[in-house]
Amino acid sequence: MKPTISRRHFLKVSGISTGGMLLSFSFLNQAVKADTAVDSSFDLNMFIRIGSDNTIVLLAPNPEIGQGVKTSLPVIVAEELAVDWRKVKVELAPLDAKFGRQTAGGSGSVRGRFTALRTAGATAREMLVAAAAQTWNVPATECIADNGEVLHKPSGKKLTYGELASKAATMPVPSSPALKATKDFKLIGTRITDVDAHKITTGKPLYGIDTRREGMLFAMVARPPAYGKTLASVDDTAARKVSGVKHVIKLKNSVAVVAASTWAAKKGREALVIRWNATEKLENSAEHFAAFKEMLDKGAPSAARNDGDVQAAMQSASKVLDVTYELPALSHGQMEPLNFFADVQNGKAELYGPTQVPGQVRNEVSKALGIPEKNITVGVPRQGGGFGRKLMSDNGLEAALISAAVQSPVQVQWTREDDMQNDFYRPAEMYRYRAALTEDGLTGWHQSGVGIGGGPRGDSYVAGALANYRSEGQGLKSNTPTGWWRAPGANTLAFAAESFLDEVCSALKKDPVAYRLQLLAKAKTDPVGRLGYDPEKYKSVIDLVAKMSNWGATPDGIHRGFATWFSFGSYAAQVVDLKMIGGKPKVMKVYCAVNCSRVINLSGAENQVEGAIVDGICHAMFPKITFVDGAVAESNFHAYRFLRINDAPLAIDVKFVQSDEAPTGLGEPGLPPVAPALANALFSATGKRFRKMPFAEYLA
Amino acid sequence: MPKYTLSVNGNLLSAEADADTLLLWVLRDHLNLVGTKFGCGMAQCGACTVHVDGQAARSCVLPVSGVGTRKIVTIEGLSSTGDHPLQQAWEELDVAQCGYCQSGQIMSAAVLLKENPHPSDEDIDNAMGGNICRCGTFVRIRKAIHLAAKKNKAK
Repeated sequence: MKPTISRRHFLKVSGISTGGMLLSFSFLNQAVKADTAVDSSFDLNMFIRIGSDNTIVLLAPNPEIGQGVKTSLPVIVAEELAVDWRKVKVELAPLDAKFGRQTAGGSGSVRGRFTALRTAGATAREMLVAAAAQTWNVPATECIADNGEVLHKPSGKKLTYGELASKAATMPVPSSPALKATKDFKLIGTRITDVDAHKITTGKPLYGIDTRREGMLFAMVARPPAYGKTLASVDDTAARKVSGVKHVIKLKNSVAVVAASTWAAKKGREALVIRWNATEKLENSAEHFAAFKEMLDKGAPSAARNDGDVQAAMQSASKVLDVTYELPALSHGQMEPLNFFADVQNGKAELYGPTQVPGQVRNEVSKALGIPEKNITVGVPRQGGGFGRKLMSDNGLEAALISAAVQSPVQVQWTREDDMQNDFYRPAEMYRYRAALTEDGLTGWHQSGVGIGGGPRGDSYVAGALANYRSEGQGLKSNTPTGWWRAPGANTLAFAAESFLDEVCSALKKDPVAYRLQLLAKAKTDPVGRLGYDPEKYKSVIDLVAKMSNWGATPDGIHRGFATWFSFGSYAAQVVDLKMIGGKPKVMKVYCAVNCSRVINLSGAENQVEGAIVDGICHAMFPKITFVDGAVAESNFHAYRFLRINDAPLAIDVKFVQSDEAPTGLGEPGLPPVAPALANALFSATGKRFRKMPFAEYLA
Repeated sequence: MPKYTLSVNGNLLSAEADADTLLLWVLRDHLNLVGTKFGCGMAQCGACTVHVDGQAARSCVLPVSGVGTRKIVTIEGLSSTGDHPLQQAWEELDVAQCGYCQSGQIMSAAVLLKENPHPSDEDIDNAMGGNICRCGTFVRIRKAIHLAAKKNKAK
């Protein structure tokens, strides 16, 4: 029997669109009959469960995709709750409206929840203190909570949280609990190992792909081989004869084979004879880029931002730099290929699998199957990477449709080929930059971008530092699907903008660090138009990375590149040190300074930045997605090349600007500056500008 | 369907599977040993790495019919108590981000350390080149292998 809870107090948290949290309390006197006094546990609020045996369970409300929030979010609660972190057990919270925004995206989990989680911890702490004070009949002000115990200072009496839990759960919920002074933080800012580290290193079931249930069947799906093709007919005679195959289901535009094992499902799928009709244009990447070029030559009809008169600046310039940058489409390639478990029977649906948007999965399943949301549960396991792929809920919806059709619990497994060829790709983009240069320096900046779908936008830095600035974006319509990819928008724009600024510095014979500081000083003291960034914070990371790398004193044999970018509320500046060995670049070291305001878990924070740097180098150097007659030419890692350990930097040095402000994003901001810093280092090494990704294609 | 008896982590385990079923799926679907991960299905990423008679092997391309009496060790059997020096080092240095590739990384590293107790960075890069980590934990992986080598020496 599950331990019963005598009384629950709920802390209602709802997200507001700016990323802040609204906090309110409601008292729900649901007097659940106490079952037995032994091993009871008590919800002090929705994030905190304390057992009379002193177990402390904290719920992590957002999906864990490798960004570390299953550790960092409970750390924030534990800090204010004043418990011994080593004794805390963490569970991923179920999908429930009371938890607010349960999404992994936009580097938003920590920055969106910091204050609310502190308040949740402090609320429970005050209730525990109140319970102790009442027990001892002393004023609460004479009691302090620390390390999972409440101490009555004058008498030295102590009670553990476990001993106090049942009484604490009946205490009034304080309306404005006192938060710790940040100088008293004991956990926040320290190095904390991922809560699942031991399970990971010992191979325990943790991921969606590890789901195993009684009577579960395994499914694979044949999807259209090209964008623009649709299902015409299927002959499943041979597939049904494959040993282990139980069902073949025709879906709207695909065919599912459901079997007793993954292997049987795969063999069954291979035995399908399917005819696909081309019902739309079958597109090619080469045509996309040709169209981009045409659109850039023609120019955009309107500007996203237009300060001063760029045209006039170009005309009166002594030199105009005019340069084009090109970036291919990318797949996400998270290591855990997509999968999802679904059990849809009798008007109810249980879903469990990798998603960054469990609420969206539930909503789409509800709409597609006509099952009310209250009858649908969505469980979210730890996930083998996200990178934005699972902000789309196609994998969850598809599993639900298949389970509903066969009336059995089903795990749908995607192969790597399925995953790579049915993605929502980082859109290919092209940028044209023009700069007006005079004896006085840079006098005009014209940024023009085009991409699949909406097209790139952005009026970020150097806007605000120049009298004449124009930014424009155009979108090319396409039936190739696009989606969010780590640091969307920023990952492409930063490459083009920061590479171009380096070209400007070269043309002006200015030091790229000193020149950026000069532009930022102008933006601070005499900004032009709206400033989308904080010049002081930009300066803080540039100063710090210059110090870390001893900028200006490049070691012998090393070629250096510098870049910086602002995204998701945080600032990052990087120096890439590389050596050319046998004509090949070897990244020896990357220095990175970050200003994300307060750091929660130092180890996790460094991990995010180290990972983002490797991610950025990887995608600048190696992979690309190519559409050929609507099909994705790359099918697996032999053709879609990822960086391997021998191409990884030998060292990465990450430092954070010390700050007492509330945290800003960190899962993504480390990525955008890497590609331009690498391109700028490659220029310093080879004298050649690397304006087209992937770089490896024309290094040879 | 033929029945195969395999030596896995010191136990003899039986599975009924088609002869061409790949060892990875027999481990995961038939024997419920899900620590060995599916990543690519063509020996390109190393997520499925196991030991076959002490050598690192990609279980995603090895048909069950070809295993015979060779001894299989998976991540679940690397150490009965989960405290192999590599597992300890991985935890101490908080290597994992998403964690999905790490069982394969550790299995590859275990063979490396057995053959070369004190590898250089270059030795590590050469031995670990078959294991992709999409999160980019390579710098910590190098450090963790050096740390495990030190732990081995201290024993």
